[in-house]
Amino acid sequence: MSKQITMREAISQAIWEEMERDEKVFIMGEEVGVWGGTYAVTKGFYDHFGPKRVRDTPIAEAAIVGGGIGAAMVGLRPIAELMTINFAFVAMNHIVNEAAKMRYMFGGQMSVPLVIRAVGGGGRQLGATHSQTPDAIFAHFPGLKVVAPGTPYDAKGLLKSAIRSDDPVMFIEHATLYQTRGEVPEGEYTVPIGKSKIQRPGRDVTIVTYSKMLDVSMKAAEQLAKEGIEAEIVDLRTLRPLDMEPVLESFRRTNRAVIVEEGWRSYGIGSEISARIYEGAFDYVDAPIKRVAQTEVPLPYNRALEQSALPHAEDIIQAVKEVL
Amino acid sequence: MEKQDHLDLYHQMVLIRRVEERAAELYQQGKIGGFLHLYIGQEAVSTGLIAARQPQDRVITAYRDHGVALNVGIPADLVMAELLGKATGISKGRGGSMHMADVEKNFWGGHAIVGAHLPIAAGMALGDQYSENDGVTICMFGDGATNIGFFHEGVNLSKVWDLPVLWVCENNQYGMGTTIERASAVSEIRQKAEGYGIPNERVDGMDVMAVRAATLKALEYIRSGKGPYFLEIMTYRYRGHSMGDPERYRESGEVKKWQENDPIGIYRVYLGKEKIAKENQLDAIDERVDEEVQAAVQFAESSPEPELEELFADVYAK
Ligand SMILES: Cc1ncc(C[n+]2csc(CCOP(=O)(O)OP(=O)(O)O)c2C)c(N)n1
Ligand SMILES: [Mg+2]
Repeated sequence: MSKQITMREAISQAIWEEMERDEKVFIMGEEVGVWGGTYAVTKGFYDHFGPKRVRDTPIAEAAIVGGGIGAAMVGLRPIAELMTINFAFVAMNHIVNEAAKMRYMFGGQMSVPLVIRAVGGGGRQLGATHSQTPDAIFAHFPGLKVVAPGTPYDAKGLLKSAIRSDDPVMFIEHATLYQTRGEVPEGEYTVPIGKSKIQRPGRDVTIVTYSKMLDVSMKAAEQLAKEGIEAEIVDLRTLRPLDMEPVLESFRRTNRAVIVEEGWRSYGIGSEISARIYEGAFDYVDAPIKRVAQTEVPLPYNRALEQSALPHAEDIIQAVKEVL
Repeated sequence: MEKQDHLDLYHQMVLIRRVEERAAELYQQGKIGGFLHLYIGQEAVSTGLIAARQPQDRVITAYRDHGVALNVGIPADLVMAELLGKATGISKGRGGSMHMADVEKNFWGGHAIVGAHLPIAAGMALGDQYSENDGVTICMFGDGATNIGFFHEGVNLSKVWDLPVLWVCENNQYGMGTTIERASAVSEIRQKAEGYGIPNERVDGMDVMAVRAATLKALEYIRSGKGPYFLEIMTYRYRGHSMGDPERYRESGEVKKWQENDPIGIYRVYLGKEKIAKENQLDAIDERVDEEVQAAVQFAESSPEPELEELFADVYAK
């Protein structure tokens, strides 16, 4: 049995079910309690689980993440919610220098089973500081897992795995995906961290993407199909550890690739994936690999300007035609 | 204060109120996007502060910045155009509601990352101290912002280096839906300044004259070279944190109670009691403001969108 639910419901259900399953799981962050989450993900949680397990915090991201690390080190399973991923920069020391290093640096004595949930993405006219998609930055650090689902099914299953993970996980949501609907089984399931997945089969070109751009790539693929071009879409789902196998397997069949990400092009996901394709499947390359990404400017408030800087289906279609 | 100065302040407060009300409507009509944080209820704070400053005094604030923008004299046209993201906006449509600034008027911006502008304010004050200017940097922030590390680093540094900065906490008693009591170890924010050895005062933020008087005193202290000063200004926002706030965290009775203590109403009564202005004079100002705001909306709506090449402007100095 499965059901159509939104991304918001999927994420909410994952947290709820894990909190019911394990009383060591709790959530803390700005406005997660009385308000019900600024994106309504934790609506109803405060009344059900109470203030001990649904903790409103001061505006203090370093304390939210740092406190989460400490609580995780001594045996709890905190979910530290950052209201948006842009505020993760306030907590960057704790994410990078503490959470990601703790196990390794102390010879494996300590664990940090912490989930940092953070929502990102542009397209809502929130201006330069509130519209970023800095996912690639977080994927740079060994010791930190980075998950960024594009469907409700994956979001629910991956978040459960993240909560059960003994390592810190940065779980990146996209603000314009919360209303997206998809099939989710009614029973218990998990999706393993570190597994890419083919979301749409096709023979002509491989599109590698994740998160919001999965949605946009799907739309591009539908358009392309009308012109007889069948794009295969590989969804990374996890940015670290990165699973290249489905990407390389697909590429060996199509010999052409377009990599699509919402963040900026330089030093981005596309750079990494294309380098790995060249390293792992050089003999199969029939055309230079293309990257579709955000124009390299801070995002402006003006709607038309902002939209012109973000990647759209038309950009993907054009890139696909260039590699064919 | 001359009579005209009083009428100016009254005009500023009513202008802020009406601009905000129109902005809310335009937001509902989808003409303003993104986040919109209204200043309604807090008008006396920025108005009293700016009335007390000298031109060489800088001001920097958070995202709830339309009030200051109007107080420093950015024309309502340019504020409204920025809200609509137009090329004629004060930040050329790139900043929006949260990012108004006018450097010529010594207004250094609305800043959207909570607390981030406090260390920056300390640095601006360092600039003036270093260059031996007698300007003071006035830095405004919310009660919620006093719980983030930035606050403590900036405020501490200002005292260590005796920087010419006036810290102004606009205590509207909530950071989004969280009351002070649930977020701050002390609910009297000025105690935090006390902890850093900075002279401080709690001020009634619904009374523009009280805010102005406290600011004059604080600025004089700072200008004499004694280092930073801290004002905790008690106020209240009538509207939600931003547009779309379901306001589940407070009773409507609480809002009503504060509305009875309205800063514009209090000032009107004061002006009458002190025989500074008659009712009909103030009504005439109200009418003038309505026309001004109407004209500002017209200006903004008929202004052009930024050219697409504007996207690439100002990323670097060139
Ligand atoms: C570092 C950071 N964390 C969280 C936010 C989201 N946020 C914006 S305003 C706000 C509340 C701030 O409250 P306060 O400082 O009291 O100012 P007020 O809104 O009451 O004027 C929050 C949590 C942010 N912008 N920056
Ligand atoms: Mg506040």
